[in-house]
Parts: sequence; C-alpha cells; structure tokens
Amino acid sequence: MQASFIVNGTERSVDVPEDMPLLWILRDEIGLTGTKYGCGIAQCGVCTVHMDGMAVRSCQVRAYELDGAEITTIEGLGTPEAQHPVQEAWIETQVAQCGYCQSGQIMQAASMLANNPNPSDDEIDAVMSGNLCRCGTYPRIREAIRLAIQKQGA
Amino acid sequence: MGKLRTLTRRTFLIGSATVAGGVAFGVYRAKVPFENPNLAALPEGAASFNPWVIVDAEKVTFIAPLADKGQGVFSAQAALIAEELDIELDQVEISFGMPDKAYMNGALTDAMVPFPQYDYGKVAEGARRFAGGVVRAALPIMGTGGSSAMPDSYDKLREAGAVARETLKAAASQQTGVPIGDLRTENGAVLLPDGTALSYTSLAAAAAQIEPVTDVPLRDPSQWRILGKPMERVDIIAKSTGTLPYGIDYKTEGLLFATVKVNPRQGGSLISYDATAALAMDGISDVFEITGGIAVVANNTWTAIQAANAVTCEWGTAGYPPEQDAHWATLSAAFTDDKVNAEARNIGDVDAAPGAEVIAEYRSPYVAHAPLEPLNATILVSDDRVDIWTGHQLQMFAVDMVAKITGVNEDNVHLHNQFIGGSFGHRLEFDFLKQAAEIAVKMPGTPVKMTYSREEDFAHDFPRHITMGRGIGKHENGKVTSLDVQIAGQSVMTSQISRLGFSLPGPDTQLHEGAWDYPNLNLPNIRVRSYKETGLAPVSSWRSVGAAPNGFIYDTLLDETIHAAGADPLMERIRLMGHDVSVKVLETVGEMCGWNGHDLGAGRGRGVAYVFSFGVPVATIVEVTQTERGIRLDEVWVAADVGQVIDPVNLENLAQGGTLFGLGHAMNCEITYSDGMAQQSNYHDHEAMRLYQAPKVHFTALENNPKIKGFGEPPVPPAAPALGNAIFAATGQRIRELPFNKHIDFV
Ligand code: FES
Ligand code: FES
Repeated sequence: MQASFIVNGTERSVDVPEDMPLLWILRDEIGLTGTKYGCGIAQCGVCTVHMDGMAVRSCQVRAYELDGAEITTIEGLGTPEAQHPVQEAWIETQVAQCGYCQSGQIMQAASMLANNPNPSDDEIDAVMSGNLCRCGTYPRIREAIRLAIQKQGA
Repeated sequence: MGKLRTLTRRTFLIGSATVAGGVAFGVYRAKVPFENPNLAALPEGAASFNPWVIVDAEKVTFIAPLADKGQGVFSAQAALIAEELDIELDQVEISFGMPDKAYMNGALTDAMVPFPQYDYGKVAEGARRFAGGVVRAALPIMGTGGSSAMPDSYDKLREAGAVARETLKAAASQQTGVPIGDLRTENGAVLLPDGTALSYTSLAAAAAQIEPVTDVPLRDPSQWRILGKPMERVDIIAKSTGTLPYGIDYKTEGLLFATVKVNPRQGGSLISYDATAALAMDGISDVFEITGGIAVVANNTWTAIQAANAVTCEWGTAGYPPEQDAHWATLSAAFTDDKVNAEARNIGDVDAAPGAEVIAEYRSPYVAHAPLEPLNATILVSDDRVDIWTGHQLQMFAVDMVAKITGVNEDNVHLHNQFIGGSFGHRLEFDFLKQAAEIAVKMPGTPVKMTYSREEDFAHDFPRHITMGRGIGKHENGKVTSLDVQIAGQSVMTSQISRLGFSLPGPDTQLHEGAWDYPNLNLPNIRVRSYKETGLAPVSSWRSVGAAPNGFIYDTLLDETIHAAGADPLMERIRLMGHDVSVKVLETVGEMCGWNGHDLGAGRGRGVAYVFSFGVPVATIVEVTQTERGIRLDEVWVAADVGQVIDPVNLENLAQGGTLFGLGHAMNCEITYSDGMAQQSNYHDHEAMRLYQAPKVHFTALENNPKIKGFGEPPVPPAAPALGNAIFAATGQRIRELPFNKHIDFV
C-alpha cells in the first residue's frame, strides 16, 4: 500500500506492505535509524516515537494506521546543535552507557513531561517502566527527568 | 592474524629510515615488538608516533581500538592519550582503527596465573609478566573483556600521548631553533617563549622526518587536567540525540537485509525445510540453507523476519540433555573425584575444624546476555576484499573466521568495528558473524546486513553457565571457624574456547573464581574445590563470568554461618578479611549506610556481601522491606577499590548499572531448556530490572589498590548475595536458589 504521513515535519510517502510496522518503515525504508529495534513485541520501548503527540511503540503501529499521522522521532525532537530540554538534561546527567535504549527513554520522558509537566515519583515509575535499559541507567534516568522538569519550569 | 607478509615489508622499510612519509617512534619497540599499523597507508606529510596517534596537516587522530559496548572505553582511551598530549578531546578525531596485533591487550593474562589478584608479591608479579610474554609471543590477542581495558591502557596510552608530545616539541625546536627546554605544549599546540602557538597539525610534516623520542616520563596524577575529574563522554551527545550509529544502523548503497533461523537446539542440524510460503512473499530475494538452519534475504529486515517465521524446518537433536531437570541432576552428580577441576584453595583443615555446622546447597541458573541491540553484522564480499561492519570484542578472531568462510586472505578482510548496544559477553561470540559471512559469500558484490530477531537472539545465546554449590560452614564461640565450598559447573571456558578452535589447557578457573580468591585471610580453615561438567548446554562468559555464581555461593554460605554464630554480618566479615584494601572497602560501605546491624525491625533488613573479582574488592549493602505484596528494594550502598579513578562519573554509572544488572537477574531471570530449546524467547519472560524496581544506588570509590583495575564487571557479583542476605535479614527466609522470584515476590 501507499502510506502517506509526516515525519519530523516532512511529508513522506512509502510503498510498503499494509501490516509493516512503522519502526521498520522508519529504519529500513526512510533511513531514520535513531529509532531502534529491541523486541518487536512492545516489551522494551526502544522503538518509542511520538504519533500525533502521543508516545507509541513504533513496532506496534502498522502502515495502514499511518495515513495522515504526524510522527516525531528522536531526530525530530532535537539535534546535537539544538537540543530539546530533555536531551539537555540527559546530556548533563550523562545517562547513557551503551546508549541503545536512550532514544526510546528520551521520547517517552519528553511525551510524559509534555502531558504532565510535574510528575510525581510514582508517576515517573509508572510511565517509564515500559522502557528497558539493560545497562541499568535507571538512577540517572530519574535524575535527568528531575533536571528536565527544572529546565522546563525555568 | 597473518599480517606477516606486510610486516616483513614494513620492517625492511623502517630499516631505510622513513616509511611512506611517516616515522615509527619507539619507546614501544622494546616493550611491544609490533610495528605501527598506521604506517602502511600513511600519506606524505603525516606522522604516526605509535599505533594510537596520527597527526597530519588537517587533524589529530587517536586510535581507540578497544571495543565500546557501553562501558565508556572509547572516551577513556582518548582521555589517557589527550592528558599527556596536551590537547582537548573536542580537538581530535577518534577512531576504532583496524584490527592489528599492535593493539593486543596486555592485561588479559593477569587472571591466568595461579595467584589471587590481591597478591602483588614478587613471585605473583613475575608469573604475570611471564604469562604476558608467552601470550604476546604465541598468540597476541586483541580483545576487550575481563575488565582489562584500564589495566591494559593506563600506562600504554599515556605513554603514547607523551611520546607524541615530545616528538612534536622536537620538531618545533628543529624548525624554530628554540631549545626544547624552552617549549611548552597546550591546547593542541607547541608554544614558543614569545607566546607564538605552532599547532600540532602544522608540525606534522616536520615531525614525520625526525628520530623518535624515547623514555618520556609520565606526569604525576597531581598534575592531571582531564583524568581523575568528571569528564563528558565524547559519545554522550550523539547517544542522547539518536545520531550515534550502531552496527545495526549501518547504511550503504544497495544494501539488502537478512535474518536467519537456526536450530534452536544449540548445535543441532537442519534435517529439512520448506520455504514455499516464504518465497511467495513480496520483497524476498532468496532463502537458502546455512550451517544448522536457513537464511532469508529481503528488501527490509521486517520482511526477512516474517519470511523466516514462515519457513518450516525439521531440526536435529542437541548434544545435551533436552530437559532442564536433567541439567540439575547432572550437576548434582558431578561432585565426584573424577570430575575435580581444581582444589583451588586448601588452608588449615576444614574436616577437623571445630564448631557447629551449617550445611547448604545453592543453585545459579543459566542466564541470557540479551543486550538491547540484537546481534547483527553487515558484510560485503567484493572481488578481492571483504568488508565487515559490526561490533566485536575479539576483532582478529572475527577477521580470521570471516576469511575462512569467504576464502579471502585475512589481509584483505577489513573489520570496521562499530559502537555496540550492550554485550555483557555476547559480542565475544562468533555465530552471528559466521552466519552473516555465509550469507554474504552467496551474494558477491551486494552488501547484506544480517540482523537477529530478538527471538533468535535468545534462542542462540550461549547463556551464563549453570552452577551448583555445596558448602559446610562452621562456627564456635560466636565466630566463623571454617568454610568448605564445593562448586560444580558447566565449564564456561571449555565451551567458549572450543568455539575459537582451541581446547582448554588446564582447569577452568572460572569454576572457582570469586570463591577461591575471597580474601578471608584471617579464617584458619578454608577449602574451595571445583568440579567440571562439560556435557550440558553451550555457555559463554556473562558479565563477571564465574565470580557471580561463585560469589553468590561463597558469600551466602559465609552469611549463613555468621548468622548461625550470632555475629554481626559486617563486623565478622571485617574480622575475617585480613586484606587491608578489602577491610577499608567493607568499613566504607558500613559508614555510608550508617550500619547498625542487619535487623531494622518490622519486616525491614539489610544484607551485606563482598566479592573480589578482576582485582577489585567490592562490598554491597542492600536494604529491603517486606510489604504486603512482596519484597521492596529500598536502597543500596556500594564501595569498591579500583586503584585509580579515571572518570568518576563513568565509574559511578558503572557501579549503579552493574549493581542493578546483578540485582535484576538475581531477582527475575533464568534460561531453562525443554525439548533442547531455551524456553525464554523475549524480554517478557527474561525481564531483569525495570525502573519501578530499581532502588537508589550510592557509590564510593577508593584508591588504595596498588594497581589500576577495570570496573565493567566487579559491581555485579556482590549484588545477588547482598540481596539474598537482606531478604533473610528482613524475613528470616534464606533463599539458596536464583532467581529469587521462584521463592518470593518482589514489588
Ligand atoms: S521494539 Fe518496540 S517495544 Fe521493543
Ligand atoms: S544504556 Fe544500554 S540499554 Fe540503556
């Protein structure tokens, strides 16, 4: 099928099987590899992107659901030169070890803070627990979210 | 490994003074008899002072050859060079370089001699030097593992920077006539007394023409600008903006995408397959047989995985017992004289030692590596060369294996090492790479990226080896008097080394590591004996290898005996220790949490554990609360002595991450076999730790250890026993089998 949607502000049209997941459309068809593959079954969160402003697991969104959707990936959230406040906080806190989970962590945190600028510790735990980090950067993820809250408040 | 021909040619050229416009500088020549691999292709006007530094008219390049799988060694290697070279990290380009024995890891042999790593005596150190020399001559291994990066790099890379600096100063002196003693270096430039700055790049051509500077003394740590202070990792911005390419992200013109489906009974054969349905799918280029299974090539990874799932296969059997119960039964029957691996330690007389007995049996299961980036490799086979894009920890072996499969001479096999999205030991293995090579060789001229589905990654992991421990602790008059620890395990080294084409020359030290070298120097009676099994599932090094299961067994038995004696878990550990550096670590962790006994009342308790691994003593205290719905991990304190801190930020990150890695797997993870296949297939049934379960982790680093040590693995082993000991303190329930969630719930 022909799927037409917007990725990071640019209109895209791809000819793909209708059940192809957005994750693989982004990675292998469009070439945006900041969004990662980890499990394919909504268990790890490394594929998290924003779809019409909501954090979704792109491995679970199919081509036929995409028509007209507005997708933001990690590459569209901010850039090395113009970082999103959540990315600034992540860099200052030096969260990443291998870094493979961090695109997903940052996309999840950015969406959480956009909807709830001052989450409680329990809310942070609940929202962020779908994002696995095999390297165990969780203490720094919590710290970075607190710093991002400060930055966004400032 | 066969760079012999090129080496001979280069050696000849070095004899005639200049080599392709560059000069080899030589403090290393005495110590490391390998030529500088950068010289072969060095352009006119560029200088390479040693295998790690290249300067040309445009830029300064560092080669950081150790594999970075998240431990931060890419940054750390660069920082060691930059410290002595007087240049900032944002002024240099850093590359993984190409595999070469000049980059052999000189610290891998430290663990191969029969002396505990806290023994820095003459005999032990002499044996380490000897082992290092033998390995260097026989089989120089370029490898990353065993927490060896800092021990290997610490002097070598600082010297590389110092030699480059002094040689650039010599070039500046020659050019300007100013005596070397009047020159300074700063910010990537040589400074003349009048303040004029000559950038290193402007001096490259001159430096390429002069004799090497040798024997440059290293700066005292008190003079450091970069090292020992919080650093910003050079990859941190890229990793926080999705712009760092990992192996799995590799892109190139004409790339095709592949995956494999290999017999989930490890090592078993493919009897037959039917790919009709797969071949009828859109976007499929080919389906063909590879060793033990099939490969699918398609126009994207998802299609390849879908098609692989649609192929029906008939599989042969595995060479190990099909059911998990039989694995435990085999180990249970392995405590016999004919299976003795080593009597690694025998002090006093455990049989005659006085006191009441504590008798216990422990189990540590198979556990998956499951790094978040599924294994993958891109390979292009062209007419006269092969290019590989993947992340690997044993680069030269990787080249060798691909050379064999493709039939291309290893001199023409080029491994472009990539950033790795976690390994925990899985990137020491070769199956994924061999499969990628088998695919690429069928498609000459086409680059093919082979990616495992997560399910394939689990099915084809070589998990942590399975271990059973039996112990007898004795106590009298409130004191521990004796520990007798027997450990039977599937031999991880036998299994792993067999896949490199070698057989293990002696006993498998990983079957007692972390137990035999537990420095209870004040305990009069200790015996640690290990038993070796080889007929179970194929296994591989899992972050901290033997020290995790063995540390769990030894330290838990110690804890049980201390409690039976009615002694304080921390104070009695300190009394028994008798190794000053370790005593300090235990005292520190006690101070950090304000230790006042293990019992905090009302379902709350603290457990302390200590394990010595990779030369690093680590003590961990875990505090837990029993809630209505299960055990909650409240807070964790960790103290460790690495000898010398290079980057306190990264060290703390590794302490937190390693501790949570150890805790998460101890709580929640095991791999079990049924019908010869791993029963766990994805993260839903091998979860380790998630954010909601992660406690705060406080960390203190000490620097009393006489030598610098690595820290990628040492935080892992004490985590599991500390948690088990805490659960006992809070509930009175002693759990002797991992994962703990088989016996107790966690919230
Ligand atoms: S890849 Fe989508 S949640 Fe894991
Ligand atoms: S940083 Fe490695 S998985 Fe999170």
